[in-house]
Amino acid sequence: MGIPRFWRETPSRYNLIGTKCGNCGTIHFPPRVVCPSCHRKSIGKMERIHLSNEGTVVSYSIVHDAPHSFKMQKPYAIAMIELEGCCRLTAPIIDCDPSDVKIGMKVEATFRKLGEQEKDDVIHYGYKFRPARSER
Amino acid sequence: MDVGIVSYGGYIPRWRIKPQDIAKTWGVDGDAISRGLNIVSKSVPSPDEDVITISVEATRNLLKKVQIDPKDIGAIYVGSESHPYAVKPTATVVAEAIEASPDLTAADYEFACKAGTAAIQTCMGLVASDMVKYGIAVGSDTSQGAPGDPLEYSASAGGAAFLLGKEKVVAKINETLSYTTDTPDFWRREGQTYPKHGGRFTGEPAYFKHVLTCAKNLFQRTGTGPEDYQYAVFHQPNGKFPVSAGKKLGFSIDQIKTGLLVPRIGNTYSGAVLLGLAAILDIADPDERVFVVGYGSGAGSDAFDITVRDEIENTRTDKCPTIEEMVESNNFVDYATYAKFRGKILM
Repeated sequence: MGIPRFWRETPSRYNLIGTKCGNCGTIHFPPRVVCPSCHRKSIGKMERIHLSNEGTVVSYSIVHDAPHSFKMQKPYAIAMIELEGCCRLTAPIIDCDPSDVKIGMKVEATFRKLGEQEKDDVIHYGYKFRPARSER
Repeated sequence: MDVGIVSYGGYIPRWRIKPQDIAKTWGVDGDAISRGLNIVSKSVPSPDEDVITISVEATRNLLKKVQIDPKDIGAIYVGSESHPYAVKPTATVVAEAIEASPDLTAADYEFACKAGTAAIQTCMGLVASDMVKYGIAVGSDTSQGAPGDPLEYSASAGGAAFLLGKEKVVAKINETLSYTTDTPDFWRREGQTYPKHGGRFTGEPAYFKHVLTCAKNLFQRTGTGPEDYQYAVFHQPNGKFPVSAGKKLGFSIDQIKTGLLVPRIGNTYSGAVLLGLAAILDIADPDERVFVVGYGSGAGSDAFDITVRDEIENTRTDKCPTIEEMVESNNFVDYATYAKFRGKILM
């Protein structure tokens, strides 16, 4: 991913900032400029909001054949997570054995290194999720 | 000077390795090394953890204990000897990750293991002079020891962050002073992966000379002695140096044990004395007094005389784990996994 694109996404990747449509109230993540349901009715009404750092695993898969950036971490779990009171997103589940990940598991956001193209390139950071304290 | 700690937070990676597992790889007696260093395990960062992620986690834990507007933070300094970038600050990422950007000053510090305490002193000055309302000082490291080197048994990962200010102070810093000389006991040259050290030279002329002199200078300036403090914490490169330094100064084991984390998590370098202080603040009662002496090779010591206030109760929250809970929350890895996590396997 190019530096400018990642840099533009820094607020949402660092702090889970999404958008709420002022017309229909739907919350989107990643943030959107226009609501895909309300179209032009939402223009100028998309509000930036902080999403919850806590969520629940809706579904997951264990990755054994990982892309280059994640090869030192395989196998790892990647999950669809329902954030409390808003929307769903996809993120790795870390700090646990992948076999311990279960549907319904409570998780919380953490800040981790997402990857780098090469050893001398910019390092990308952002959210991953780990088991909530009640699950540890 | 009415400046103090407004909040604090720490972070320790959950992975651990035992000295015995490292020693087995190199064909030496792990039990003897464990006894010699007084270390039973050390923390190991995941492949996706570095000084930036540890600093952010520690700082976010700090913010969970206090209600302030991040925009009131006027300065962030991160002390470490293992910043991920040679050029590009760790502190800017921390500032962005806690939404304190952009109206603040930020920079990285380096002074071996005492860059974090130096950052606290800088923030104290900025707060005392009203240049900033709040300042954040972080000490954090993912320190490395060369494969087979004695440092490999102790060099670990972790960090702590402190919010300094004049309002909502939970622990007043009554006094601070430093002691600094040019002493080449430990160094890492530009471009080198691992540090080198002077072996036994790191003891008497380096660690002990600076820690003991700085501590005695603080006793003299404040007119106090070991009996005036409920807790004492010293930089802890291993489990023996801080205990020995404490005893030489007249402190008992009971005063030292709360802040002595190195036997269970290893030497977190810039995070070491600060994590020890955070562990003390987790349990200290109002009006109790804490004696703190950090040490950084090269060499220097920073000492602090701290009094806990009633407001410390406001920091007790279940929103983040205590330092003790982080120490005890662990998973052990073998040497092969450790080597992979630490990038010691070249691919």
